[in-house]
Amino acid sequence: MVRFNDKLTLLIFTALVLAAPLILAPTGAAYPDLMQRFAIYGIFAIGFNILFGLTGYLSFGHAAFLGVGSYAAMWMFKLLSMNIIPALILSVIIAGLFSLVIGYISLRRSGIYFSILTLAFAEMSYKMAYSVLTPLTNGETGLQLALDDPRILDGVQAQDSLPSTNLFGFEMKEVFWNPHIFGYDLQFNYGYYVCAILLILSFYIAMRIFRSPFGLMLRAVKTNQTRLNYTGISSRPYTLAAFVISGMFAGLAGGLLATMDPSVGAERMQWTVGGEVVLMVVLGGMGTLIGPFLGAIFIKYFENIFSKINEGVVHGWFAYLPDWADNLLAAIVSPFVGKGWHLTLGLLFMIVVIFLPGGLVDGGRRLFRWVIRADKKDIGV
Amino acid sequence: MDAIFLQILNGLDKGSAYALIALGLTLIFGTLGVVNFAHGALFMVGAFIAVTFSKVLEISKVTVDPDKVDFLGNPAKIKVPYVVDWFGSFGDWIIDYTIPISLLFAIPVMILIGVIMERGLIRHFYHRPHADQILVTFGLAIVMGELIKLWFGSESIPVHVPEAYKSALDIGVWFGFEPGSVIYPNWRLVYFFFSVIVLSGVFAFLRFTTFGMVVRAGMADRETVGLLGININKRFTIMFGIAAAVAGTAGVMYTGVNKPVFHMGMDFLVLSFVVVVVGGMGSLRGAVAAGFLLGILESFASMPLVKDAIAAIGLPSIDQIIIYLVAVVILLVRPRGLMGKAGVMED
Repeated sequence: MVRFNDKLTLLIFTALVLAAPLILAPTGAAYPDLMQRFAIYGIFAIGFNILFGLTGYLSFGHAAFLGVGSYAAMWMFKLLSMNIIPALILSVIIAGLFSLVIGYISLRRSGIYFSILTLAFAEMSYKMAYSVLTPLTNGETGLQLALDDPRILDGVQAQDSLPSTNLFGFEMKEVFWNPHIFGYDLQFNYGYYVCAILLILSFYIAMRIFRSPFGLMLRAVKTNQTRLNYTGISSRPYTLAAFVISGMFAGLAGGLLATMDPSVGAERMQWTVGGEVVLMVVLGGMGTLIGPFLGAIFIKYFENIFSKINEGVVHGWFAYLPDWADNLLAAIVSPFVGKGWHLTLGLLFMIVVIFLPGGLVDGGRRLFRWVIRADKKDIGV
Repeated sequence: MDAIFLQILNGLDKGSAYALIALGLTLIFGTLGVVNFAHGALFMVGAFIAVTFSKVLEISKVTVDPDKVDFLGNPAKIKVPYVVDWFGSFGDWIIDYTIPISLLFAIPVMILIGVIMERGLIRHFYHRPHADQILVTFGLAIVMGELIKLWFGSESIPVHVPEAYKSALDIGVWFGFEPGSVIYPNWRLVYFFFSVIVLSGVFAFLRFTTFGMVVRAGMADRETVGLLGININKRFTIMFGIAAAVAGTAGVMYTGVNKPVFHMGMDFLVLSFVVVVVGGMGSLRGAVAAGFLLGILESFASMPLVKDAIAAIGLPSIDQIIIYLVAVVILLVRPRGLMGKAGVMED
């Protein structure tokens, strides 16, 4: 049963995502590369939220699934075809299997132990990608396309340059429409729309899981696992299913990252990458439908915009002030932008965890309620 | 035989660092029930206290020597650190012993940082879920790392060890091996003995003082101790400070082993967690034993002999991941860890 509200949400979400190149134009984020990252990390965060938001199991190891997905996609590009369909399918399957193994072991414990176990697994996969698995991952150099890759399905083509990823001939990088609207130079490319459609699909799946009896069971795990066990229900199959689903989402995101830029390095599996998706979900609002996606956009947007602000730009902001005030403000602000963006992120994250555990979505909701209440007071209701 | 002995020694200095950090983590977990993801950051801050101190000592008075010229023909400038200018040869001695002397500063500073952390932040998280505690300390670790990066840059900064400990010692001779077969840097030996002293100090403090007895009682049953009219929270705050100081001094001394860099805390954190888990959550002895054990195990796995043996039976080299493998196996076979008490955090 899909509720009316959900239908509306889904409709609005779809419209916004599909019109993103137009909507984002004024914010300076409307170039294909960044929008694709929004969608990909959105998928990653939405998937992670199914585990963390619903069951409360905090995993630091999801970077491993992202990396595995990327490697799997790369091997499909190298061996089979530059078409993204087999690559994405394989990356989801491999990440699913991988998360099944890791989840089966990690989920024998809960709470802190679970977090530490997943952390250890992520670090182990990262180290393995560097050392033991070099034949598969190409170690430190990272896995890249080569001219003499077999690519069985593509047939033998004499090429002087590396082929690019495509969907039945539509090249991912290609900009198919380049209109001039409201003075903005818009770019619509295939890559973004592939990611966007998968994002909408992921959102829909997450929504169905949230509203399903299965989702209810996952929430029960978070609320009171002991009581659930006493009613005679083993929670582990449910948590394992959630773990594998979120792992598959991560694998899909990893595969999409590979379609965007066909080269993978082991650093994609480092546990700090897994920490970043935790930041996204918590910032946006864990356990909410739209929160993780907002968090992903928020972090990726400011990562790109903030990190480009240097001291000169900061001085530009305060140019209308007297010199001493300009210098003072610039000295205060500049450590937090540019290279110091991670400092801002860390502080913001702490503030959200301390004061606003519901994340941005909760903040928005509170603001909305506050405004409505103020309104009612004015008219004396 | 001498190769095995050398590997044990090699494992000891890393194991010392693991043991010191894991001890602090366990102290905090045992007393306050909080998993401190920022503990690695405290280790890193300690290391950078040593860096700061050495930078302060290097502040120099610049004088122009009219008799000499440098290669451009300008009068040569001579830098004399102020400490040397003021104290003469004693100043030289101070500069030489930068690292041990910065311990004196590190201990009060780290206790202060620890107490502020507990009072200002972690205290408000006792009644929140474990996930929130992990998240907020994880955020704090990021912030501390970035602040250090902002101030000191992202390059690693060398701190010199005292001249007398720069060379290496032919340790094998003491144990009847061939001369020259087991050579070990002096400073690493110092680091090992330092960690033994700190570890036994903490244990003695907990064992033989009234304060330590109350803390141990509080770890066993916090509520009862509180009901007896003892302000257990205050004592736990002080224990947090002590745990921070242990991590900080470990960091200070570690600057002589490896150059400090802003992400060293994060690097050590993951391994220290593994150590705590293997040793048994909440068991101080377990943390120390597991720290040394895993340090030695790691150095054994990277031994050429062992690598060849593993390759001979057709397995890939595992020196990078041995610690994690051991942790996974132990968690599956014996979930409470090597020395964990039954029933503590077993779910």
